[in-house]
Amino acid sequence: MLVIEDLGVEVGGKQILNRINMEIPSGETHILFGPNGSGKTSLMMTIMGFSGYTVTHGKIIYKGEDITNLPVHERARLGIGVAFQRPPTINGLKTRTIVEMCHREVTIDIEKAAEQLLATEFLDRDVNDRLSGGEIKRSELLQLMAQQPDLILLDEPESGVDLESMAIVGEAINMLLHRGIKKMPMITPKKHKDIVRENRKSALVITHTGHILNYITADKGQVLFDGVMCCRRNAREILKWIDEYGYRECVECMNY
Amino acid sequence: MHELLNQKADQAKDKQAALGKNLNLDQYIDQSTDHHYLDQLSNVDKKDVTRFLDVGIDTQSEAPATFIQKDHSVIHCHSHQKGIDIMKYSQALTDIKDIDQYIWKGVAVDTDKYTARVGLNPHDGYFIRAQAGVKTEQPIQSCLYISTDRLSQNVHNLVIAEEGSDLKIVTGCSTAPHLNTGLHIGVSEFYVKKNATLSFTMIHDWGKHVDVRPRTTVFVEEGGVFVSNYICLHPAGTLQMYPTTILNGPGAVARLNSVIVSTEGSHIDMGGRVILNAPESRAEIISRAIVSGGTIIARGSLIGKAPKIRAHLECKGLILAEGLMHAIPEIEGYVPGVEMSHEAAVGKIDPEEVEYLMARGLDEETAVSTIVRGFLNIDIQGLPETLQKRIDTLIQETEKDMF
Repeated sequence: MLVIEDLGVEVGGKQILNRINMEIPSGETHILFGPNGSGKTSLMMTIMGFSGYTVTHGKIIYKGEDITNLPVHERARLGIGVAFQRPPTINGLKTRTIVEMCHREVTIDIEKAAEQLLATEFLDRDVNDRLSGGEIKRSELLQLMAQQPDLILLDEPESGVDLESMAIVGEAINMLLHRGIKKMPMITPKKHKDIVRENRKSALVITHTGHILNYITADKGQVLFDGVMCCRRNAREILKWIDEYGYRECVECMNY
Repeated sequence: MHELLNQKADQAKDKQAALGKNLNLDQYIDQSTDHHYLDQLSNVDKKDVTRFLDVGIDTQSEAPATFIQKDHSVIHCHSHQKGIDIMKYSQALTDIKDIDQYIWKGVAVDTDKYTARVGLNPHDGYFIRAQAGVKTEQPIQSCLYISTDRLSQNVHNLVIAEEGSDLKIVTGCSTAPHLNTGLHIGVSEFYVKKNATLSFTMIHDWGKHVDVRPRTTVFVEEGGVFVSNYICLHPAGTLQMYPTTILNGPGAVARLNSVIVSTEGSHIDMGGRVILNAPESRAEIISRAIVSGGTIIARGSLIGKAPKIRAHLECKGLILAEGLMHAIPEIEGYVPGVEMSHEAAVGKIDPEEVEYLMARGLDEETAVSTIVRGFLNIDIQGLPETLQKRIDTLIQETEKDMF
């Protein structure tokens, strides 16, 4: 699904990411760990093609196509979707409208999806206007539900979310990745066996604390430390290592 | 009394206005050919119908009352609803017994040469009155239309919402597409009596070289509510207006919303002033302005003269193409216990917002226009759905002129 080769990224003239290599196969969910400021969000913004993130070397390949220089909207249309951690407020634009705009091939039942995400009450409010941490996540996931991306980039889905909302957020992510047991709020729901067979949805989930692992199924974990990818193994195992030793141990690995 | 008015008007006929570009009034003519009166709205000229629709006037609609004036001729004027009186101004002067207590009381005839011109060469205008307790579901529609080149249309409008009434009016002002120049002067005096509500929505769509000088004063009594929505997306050559709303009764409310766009060559100087004379009266002025060339001077003034009043002014501007956006918010408080505030901001389209929408699959152009539309989308309360839709469409269509 996604292959990153030898990627180097600069922000404001400063090298943020170095020699990043990464592969997320179809159907897999990868967790990206790393301390604050390690470059996790920058990597996500670079994959999406945001301005200000200059690729200095290497490339990003998505579904076999080199997307390193594609504009943001074309990447979105190819099937990459992002749930932002701090999305901007858009005055005068209703959440319902932006969700409608996210629709591609499939059209979801917005009311139903909003109900599942406890998002009904802000459907008619301006996008991200005075939303709580949990509400922002739910709004982002609602947009992704309409967008139905094949590769989902989630930036710290657990940050600022209370425990109750966390379950809803986890459930929604599973639904998006076709890894949950609840039906998608689509007009023609698919059969479960088809969903399993067709499960080609991938995800890259950024986490600082690892709490999200209690809610979603992770296939692999990686650690980004100081702009360098320094560890790749089972996500829960990494989390345990970090719990036990902290990120400072990663410095050791980096020197390999 | 009329003689005195004439005398005053005559003395002021060369008096420059306090604000706005000074116009040479000699370039306009005062006479046009007469247009026939039409009993049926369905008989309105097809070409005019589309122009009327552009400013929210629907000849197919079931509005409780409709008034249409083309140049100097009132071509239609009829009310279907009992308790809603509508007539042309000249008729009101003879038919309405107590009219003298309303006219030229809010706007002085010698304010400037424009008011003087209305005093000296009056060309009708409308009189609308909702009797006590009468409520309109759909808005009454009135249209002032100029179709003769170089014409000066000098109208005088009077609106009275009697006690406990709920009056909704939409006024569309427009010019024929072929018009080179023209002048619209409108003297408007509105009276919102005790516990009455007047919701007045004005949609302007002027030709590029048309000059517009409305002069408006609104009086609101105890518990009365005045809501004004002003939408001008196709800018005039020059427009200057600074309507004054005077809240004279306790608990009176004024809410003024405006959405304006200027393009190259237009000069718009407009705002709203609210004088809060009574305790616990409230006022809110919200304006959104987009400069895509040309000049917008967005004024706002709140004057608090009684305790326990609350007033807020919000003026936001967006510059899309070089021009001038000049926000002038003013607050004057005279007594202890007033709560008044303002915020003014002139900005650009935030690239972060654009990319956020692009990450949802919108191309850059669509993302930008979505943000602009959002900027102009002030939540106007109490607007009928059809009118809201009309305004949404107008905003969408305007984008073509902005980029």
